[in-house]
Amino acid sequence: MASQEPIRFPYRTPPELSGNAVRRVPVAIVGAGPVGLAAAIDLALHGVPSVVLDDNDTVSTGSRAICWAKRTLEIFDRLGVGDRMVAKGVTWQRGRVFRGEREIYAFDLLPEGGHKMPAFINLQQYYVEEYLVARCADFPELIDLRWRNRVAGVAPHEDGVRLAVETPDGSYGLEADWVVAADGARSALRTMLGLPFAGQDFEERFLIADVRMQAPFPNERLFWFEPTFHPGQSALLHRQPDDVFRIDFQLGPEADPIAERAPDRVIPRVQAVVGPDTPFELEWCSVYAFRCARLERFVHGRVVFAGDSAHVVSPFGARGGNGGIQDVDNLAWKLARVVRSEAPVALVESYEAERGHGADENILNSARTTTFMTPKSAAEMAFRDAVLTLAPDHAFARALVNAGRLSRPCSLATSALQTPDDGTVAGPMAPGLACLDAPLADLAGRPTWLLAELGHDFVLLAFPERGADRPAVPGCRTLAISTEPREGAFHDRDGLAAARYGGAPGVTYLIRPDQHVAARWSGFDPAAVAAALARFGLSARPADRRAA
Amino acid sequence: MSGTELRRGDGLRGRGDDVYEALLAAHHGLDDRSSAALNARLILLLANELDDPDRVLAAIELARRAGAVR
Ligand SMILES: Cc1cc2nc3c(=O)[nH]c(=O)nc-3n(C[C@H](O)[C@H](O)[C@H](O)COP(=O)(O)OP(=O)(O)OC[C@H]3O[C@@H](n4cnc5c(N)ncnc54)[C@H](O)[C@@H]3O)c2cc1C
Repeated sequence: MASQEPIRFPYRTPPELSGNAVRRVPVAIVGAGPVGLAAAIDLALHGVPSVVLDDNDTVSTGSRAICWAKRTLEIFDRLGVGDRMVAKGVTWQRGRVFRGEREIYAFDLLPEGGHKMPAFINLQQYYVEEYLVARCADFPELIDLRWRNRVAGVAPHEDGVRLAVETPDGSYGLEADWVVAADGARSALRTMLGLPFAGQDFEERFLIADVRMQAPFPNERLFWFEPTFHPGQSALLHRQPDDVFRIDFQLGPEADPIAERAPDRVIPRVQAVVGPDTPFELEWCSVYAFRCARLERFVHGRVVFAGDSAHVVSPFGARGGNGGIQDVDNLAWKLARVVRSEAPVALVESYEAERGHGADENILNSARTTTFMTPKSAAEMAFRDAVLTLAPDHAFARALVNAGRLSRPCSLATSALQTPDDGTVAGPMAPGLACLDAPLADLAGRPTWLLAELGHDFVLLAFPERGADRPAVPGCRTLAISTEPREGAFHDRDGLAAARYGGAPGVTYLIRPDQHVAARWSGFDPAAVAAALARFGLSARPADRRAA
Repeated sequence: MSGTELRRGDGLRGRGDDVYEALLAAHHGLDDRSSAALNARLILLLANELDDPDRVLAAIELARRAGAVR
């Protein structure tokens, strides 16, 4: 049904099968979906080599992720693929919710300016994967991407893992210090290690159709409860690049997944949305039922689960792929430091606490949305209808309309790695939060962005007092921000950095390599910074380099 | 559960009979479905009007327990 043939990536006989001895690699990544690919790139940026094993030789096909949230785009930007994704993607920030034909609610996810990345883009998962694969090629010394290499066995031991890998040329063994299991919702590693994947199944079935057409729908997320074109159910519409639209139709729990996928059933449903005069072509359609589930633990000795292998959610809220990329953001720098013996294994274990919390938040939100969309009893239906009936006139009821709580960066405030806030710094950027972006300029007046300058090191983000020295501590890079052009500092021309960070003179932040706030103070005290850094258990390392 | 205590005495300022009558009158002539719908709207409005999620949660819990079979 797909109108384009997917790209095929070349299989090459792995060195282990062309006569070379079994190698030991620092990190093996199982799965070249968005999560595995992003992990390889992030590790490479930290100078750590990896082998990526994928059982397939193509990008993902069919209707999968399309909505990528601002925080994910900021991470993609750090990985060097953000601009390309935004250039191709459909940028949006508004959503409208209808009941029947009446609009009951509209929202704007990013009403303010001064951020490099938009609230959301829609971009087919196959483009995301294609761009990540292309970026991997920038690190030929560090990323060994192996297509049609299926992991068929896993044997963890004290200080590493042995993987059994099957290829068209036969099988081989690969010894790795660490394994990142990014092998998706049906994770083979999870099964082979006998780990239960507990959660909640939703019986409701959804038809997801990607159609190609010229249609005047706005670049907005449109959601209908009880649409006139699909009575009694709900529907969701998104514009994607290449004149492709994604339409989700709720079908009810009784729907026959095979029959509903047939073009003669799908075409009239789509026609009812777009009207009789709009020609369209079906690009792909599938019928899904969803589940919310997670592994109890993400770190099993030297095997670390990330992305869908660790947690799955229903797609309402776009929290699956976005959550997985945030996993990578949290894990890669920790793993890199542990691989380089600059941090204890406990640092990798902190990934489990921090991202387990994120997974719970994503599961909670996507499960609540699914429940709101699919009332299962007369009482659930009565409350849902009451909310929808009150919504047009009552702001509190609009807040209860749950047509998707869209992916937001998750706070790491509950983790012991952050230094509790002493309340002396104004502004919202409490420890644990993902840094907000802001426009800056260098001394020559060239524009840049706060997040771009943060990079992926520990950074002391400082608003030095006039005439004071730039603060500095070992193990951190300093990023100084000033209200006027000044040697050694970035100029906060629009005052947005100071506004967002409560940047009164003297205010100092410790920022983690994943661009989350670790600590903040109203003045610079090297001992306090050292204590905040000590929470990460890092040992001294050579001056931070910045990779290509 | 939070330790929020709900009022057991008269919060209706002696006008309980008026309120009760109005409640019944609002349901008059409605079929079960419409009655349930009215109640749902009313509960949401009252919950919001309490201006205190802990008291709403305590009321839900109290209502649930009061209805349990003894
Ligand atoms: C209909 C739908 C809509 C969605 N919409 C969104 C959205 O809008 N936004 C969003 O963020 N998310 C969305 N998601 C979720 C998103 O698609 C997933 O969360 C995302 O693909 C997870 O990425 P991953 O890399 O963890 O796993 P996957 O993408 O599943 O990749 C796993 C990879 O591992 C490989 N593999 C599996 N087993 C082995 C093995 N034994 N050996 C070697 N390789 C193996 C597979 O071939 C695959 O390449 C949606 C999902 C669906 C189904």
